[in-house]
Amino acid sequence: MPKKRVAIVGTGQTYHKSHRPDVNGQELINEAVRRALADADLTIRDIDAVVIGNMDHFEGINYVDCWSVDGSGGIMKPVIKLTTGGTTGSTLAIGGYHLVASGFFEKVLVIGWEKNSESDTTGAITTAFDPVWDRLVFAGAISGLAAEAQAYMAKYGATERDAARVSVRDRKHACNNPHAQLRREVTIEEVLASPMLADPIHLLDVCPRTDGACAVIMASEDCAGKICSIPDWIWATANRHKYTYLGDVNWGELDSIAEASKEIYAKTGIREPGKEIDVIEIYQPYSFAGIIWIEDLGIVERGKGAEYIWSGATDMGGELPINPSGGVIACNPIGATGLIRCAEAALQVMGKAEARQVPDVNFAISTGFGGCMWTDMLLHGKRKPDF
Amino acid sequence: MTGIFDGVEPMVVRSRINVPYTWWAGETAGAFFTALRDEKKITGRKCAKCGKTYVPPRKVCPVCFEDGMEWVEVSTNGTLESFTIVRRQLASLPRKVPVVFGLIRLDGADTSVLHYVEAGDLGMIKIGMRLAAKFCDERNGSINDIECFFPA
Amino acid sequence: MDSAAIIGVGITKIEANKVRETFADMVWEAVNKALSDAKMTIDDIDNVITTSNDFWDGRTISCMAVSDASGARHKNVSCVEGDGTFGAFYGLSRVFSGSYGTTLVTAHSKGSESVSSLITNAAFDPIYDRVLGMDMISASALQARAYMHRTGATPEQLAMVSVKNHGNAKYNPLSQLPMDITVEDVLASEMISDPLHKLDCSPVSDGCCAVIIANEKRASQYGGAPVWIKGVSFCSDSYFLGDREISKTASLTKAAKKAFSMAGILDPAAEIDVAEVYDAFTYQELMWLEAMGLSQDGKAGMNLEKGVYGLKGKLPVNPSGGLLSGHPVIAGGLIRIAEIVKQLRGEAAGYQVEGAKRGIAHGVNGLCGQSHCVWILDREK
Repeated sequence: MPKKRVAIVGTGQTYHKSHRPDVNGQELINEAVRRALADADLTIRDIDAVVIGNMDHFEGINYVDCWSVDGSGGIMKPVIKLTTGGTTGSTLAIGGYHLVASGFFEKVLVIGWEKNSESDTTGAITTAFDPVWDRLVFAGAISGLAAEAQAYMAKYGATERDAARVSVRDRKHACNNPHAQLRREVTIEEVLASPMLADPIHLLDVCPRTDGACAVIMASEDCAGKICSIPDWIWATANRHKYTYLGDVNWGELDSIAEASKEIYAKTGIREPGKEIDVIEIYQPYSFAGIIWIEDLGIVERGKGAEYIWSGATDMGGELPINPSGGVIACNPIGATGLIRCAEAALQVMGKAEARQVPDVNFAISTGFGGCMWTDMLLHGKRKPDF
Repeated sequence: MTGIFDGVEPMVVRSRINVPYTWWAGETAGAFFTALRDEKKITGRKCAKCGKTYVPPRKVCPVCFEDGMEWVEVSTNGTLESFTIVRRQLASLPRKVPVVFGLIRLDGADTSVLHYVEAGDLGMIKIGMRLAAKFCDERNGSINDIECFFPA
Repeated sequence: MDSAAIIGVGITKIEANKVRETFADMVWEAVNKALSDAKMTIDDIDNVITTSNDFWDGRTISCMAVSDASGARHKNVSCVEGDGTFGAFYGLSRVFSGSYGTTLVTAHSKGSESVSSLITNAAFDPIYDRVLGMDMISASALQARAYMHRTGATPEQLAMVSVKNHGNAKYNPLSQLPMDITVEDVLASEMISDPLHKLDCSPVSDGCCAVIIANEKRASQYGGAPVWIKGVSFCSDSYFLGDREISKTASLTKAAKKAFSMAGILDPAAEIDVAEVYDAFTYQELMWLEAMGLSQDGKAGMNLEKGVYGLKGKLPVNPSGGLLSGHPVIAGGLIRIAEIVKQLRGEAAGYQVEGAKRGIAHGVNGLCGQSHCVWILDREK
């Protein structure tokens, strides 16, 4: 039983772009923060603590939580940094949740950001891996994902065309999202014709590099209802950061999301996620994951992912829309991305998602992905949890 | 963890992390450096609400959190708030020691700038002394367009 | 505040170069020490918070290197990037939130694996400051000069901090630099950045610490002696050195006030029996004591001269030898917490503060004490 139940009462994002030369990092952060404050109709004085994160080597700034206080509003406030790689954004959301649920702080400002244009993304990501065993042979995030795709395809017969259908879905959804970076639809043929990066992954199967920031305000039950009429209640959080060495990974299934989701469903009494969840903002860095990971989430049986995608069930208007925001394939400021999934799920629950709104959302899931096939997950709900 | 590793020579893997960076200064810093380079002027931004003048300039007042800020020119002269004379050739230093770092409160500014202090006799450097900026002849829009601050 | 306690601590030996050990090896050692200290197994740990820094580790997602070693493979886990006191705060909040009954917190770094000056230079703003080439030592020296100018603290008083702490370290088998030195030795040591001599500065170190936090119910479950958390708070100041009044630490004053208030402490100097503060440099011990209200402003140097902060004094400060005797960054503050736990349990053999019931542990993040985290711990609930 949490000490205090927690809700998201405001969100803010920048209009994410491939690069933002007009602002430095802490000015970018400030844009998202001020939008979140405006959304919640609060001032920075109302904020009790700041939780912030990014991936250090993308911006080359040490002690970023200290450096960014001008933009985050953290001067003379408690400021803390969480970072776990690609999962950073969702790690931050989970962090905000605990800081409020603990009773320490009533209103916490959670910030995720990244200025990927400032560095060599692959060069930086490669340093995540062990310098003695893995780093010298590892070729960036894409190669790990290709290994997963290959393993799944070998087992279940899915094709590049199946994966391309996921890209088509997300890129179409992004057209409804003014914050997304890539807002042009693609066709299956375009995806398959795009340059091959690492077999079987094409350029249009994966996420871009983005400069962007996202801020979310979490509040305790004591004041959430006074701040907004429909808060987004955080029902449960769970994560698994399981592997360190690439050779340990169980390729072709995402155990981390399977374990984390099972924990959340058990905590909250969800038995049939495919029916009980209304919308999912999944951190899906490449298209194949859209097929594989919905099986691990328990939405469909193992091996049936592609069929489910082709049925249109995960498109807007379908029975379980996935990534109404366009997801990661349309936009990926890495340190923010997981938090953007959380913010987008919040917008769905709060009824503020405008052109990308899914009707009648009671439960939403947001996830984060990163590291060595890691997962973070949050369950969002319109009703206040009764536990 | 003892026993089996006795007598095994520890191996060390040497490497470097090579990630190149290009930081966007943003328009605010850009304007500051342009003024340094083209006009040998030091500028700051003053918050309309609290009246504080920040040098280096900020886009938004970090305390008031509002963007009603206006550009002001501050003096190239100021007072030394604190300093240190570095004697050991620390790896981060781009110059040979002794190197003097100082925090200089320029007249008209409410914050201090970090820069080098140079004086013929290092022993004369004292907190509270008056300094003036020395600009480089060749400037290209960076904090190093100011060569140092010297006794005024 | 709800009740929670620290029920296990583990500290590795602090050394100049643990050439035989990886980050994971150090965490494995500290975690096992903590589990054994708490009389627990890894299955009794409900969730894990690791604390690390990507720059110091030369590794993006630095938490990944220690995930397995901290037993996190099938558990909920997160990572704080900052001093270990901040990691422990988040670990505590995850207990108070009701989600977990116990949290294992680890913090590590190996200063030997990098060039410290370049790592700390990277904390400077790349647009305005970094290219000038300041690092943690030169920045702190600038602050020391300002502090001495404002308060009249003398180089001799600073040197006495070094003498005291290195001397205390003689009784702490885990410390890196136990030394019998005099004030003259400190003043004669190499001037690195005026006014800081070599012996005014903490060394480059490798080390790791683990602590186990439990809620009230679980604290008594395993048979160890819980040390109760009575107050804890953290706060950050402005970033640019020129934005702050560099001879003072407003953020520490604010955090300490909040922590003391949570603990119901009205007269800190009188009610605290022992303190482990973040003495990365000699002047900092004096400056932090004053900012926290454990000493009157400007009087810490004089109190030190009078013996107030010595092992047998009225308020022993850094009986473990402090960071001056061994400074693994990131782990530094968590080690302060662990050392206070040992003091309050009466387990600091050799450097035990007699009858210590209530202590303060303190950690710093960022340049020149920008951000501070203060913990008040008590033998009684």
